[in-house]
Amino acid sequence: MSASMSTSSSPSAPSIISIRDLKKAYGTFTVLHGIDLDIAEGEVVCVIGPSGSGKSTLIRCINHLEAFSPDSTITVDGIRVAPGKALAKVRAEVGMVFQSFNLFPHMTVLKNVMLAPMRVRGTTKTEAERKARDLLARVGIAEQAEKYPGQLSGGQQQRVAIARALAMEPRVLLFDEPTSSLDPEMVGEVLDVMRKLAGTGVTMIIVTHEMGFARQVADRVIFMDGGRLVEAGTPARIFDNPAEERTRNFLRAVLNH
Amino acid sequence: MNLINTFFNMQVLADSLPQLLWGLVVTLQIGVTSILCGLAGGLFLAIARLYAPAFFKLLIRIYIDIFRSIPLLVLLIVVYYALPFVGIRLSPFLSAVTALSLVSAAYTAEIFRAGIEAIPHGQFEASAALGLSNKDTMIDVILPQAIRIVIPPLTNNCINVMKDTALASVVAMPDLLKQATQAQALSANPTPLIGAAIIYVMLLWPMVAIVARLEKHFARGKR
Repeated sequence: MSASMSTSSSPSAPSIISIRDLKKAYGTFTVLHGIDLDIAEGEVVCVIGPSGSGKSTLIRCINHLEAFSPDSTITVDGIRVAPGKALAKVRAEVGMVFQSFNLFPHMTVLKNVMLAPMRVRGTTKTEAERKARDLLARVGIAEQAEKYPGQLSGGQQQRVAIARALAMEPRVLLFDEPTSSLDPEMVGEVLDVMRKLAGTGVTMIIVTHEMGFARQVADRVIFMDGGRLVEAGTPARIFDNPAEERTRNFLRAVLNH
Repeated sequence: MNLINTFFNMQVLADSLPQLLWGLVVTLQIGVTSILCGLAGGLFLAIARLYAPAFFKLLIRIYIDIFRSIPLLVLLIVVYYALPFVGIRLSPFLSAVTALSLVSAAYTAEIFRAGIEAIPHGQFEASAALGLSNKDTMIDVILPQAIRIVIPPLTNNCINVMKDTALASVVAMPDLLKQATQAQALSANPTPLIGAAIIYVMLLWPMVAIVARLEKHFARGKR
């Protein structure tokens, strides 16, 4: 492991997320063995690695959907991530897109996107609706606003979920395998939306199995295995010239199937 | 026809009908009040059980288990005949409503808990990730979905509460059953009892039919 892996690829930008010695265990089974990671404002980071390597757990710790060891620290924009009042602040700044969409099935698409700004930010209904329609247009599903999630395809649902996360105007967006439960023909439309987002300056951390997408969009690629951050670097370096044996084996397995 | 004169004596029924209808009004008052108190109490207990500190969770669980175990008749008699010894004197109406509500709240809490637990965990996670408070998560996301699941079992519980109001007659509450037994004693004829039974069935049959329909409706996977 190189000492430089915990530093940002763009050291000039201040880091918005700082993770120190992140440990997490379920009983006696250790999921994360002490991860150190800094992420710069506006950076797009893709996290790759085999199933069970702790990738999802890592990003789920950032907004504290998973509790972690009290000795570990995560700060987001200077706020320490811990249960309590400050957590609401962190979660308002950190949006998340899930593998299984997790849209609210009893609300229209429009209401799904409007809810959080109204409840958390106190946005007026008119303003929330205007912004929601705007965002739905941005992700290409303006005409589905009055439908219910169950009436949409998986790709459309995931795009609603992205719009819902964006409605909070988060500074960080976490993507937890956003295309893994999609039919193959719908992966592209979701990746397209994410690609557009990557150019807007929002910080993105993406757990993904889409290696082509990671190579194209990421500023930095992180390879995890067995609850450890094995190596990190530019897409070109990780994909073309991985330093670690485990990274090489993983890439060989996923790229040559 | 001796049998008809005994059990279906129209003259006796006509004489006792006003009394029976008064009894029905009292039964409805006890039943509706208890159902509403039980619903409010049960919802409170179910949500408190989700979010309260561990100690209170334990207390709530003990409450629910005790009031689901105790026979309602025993509870009613304790409330009406035993509590006065410690200075708590409740009227027959309040005794009946208290006993019915305490038990109904315990059952309702379990029904709501099951309904809330049936909501996929991802709904809680999505709400948390958006920064919604626990209160907003419940009101906007979880309960609207849980309500659909719990309506059939809740209706069932309401039917049970309505039926159990008949126990109030043992604490001298002039409910439908009490009025019927009094009318029977007065006229020396069991027809008022038959009349009361028919009124109970007419009151509750529609609710039973509604539950059956709801269960069918939700079983089709409409969510």
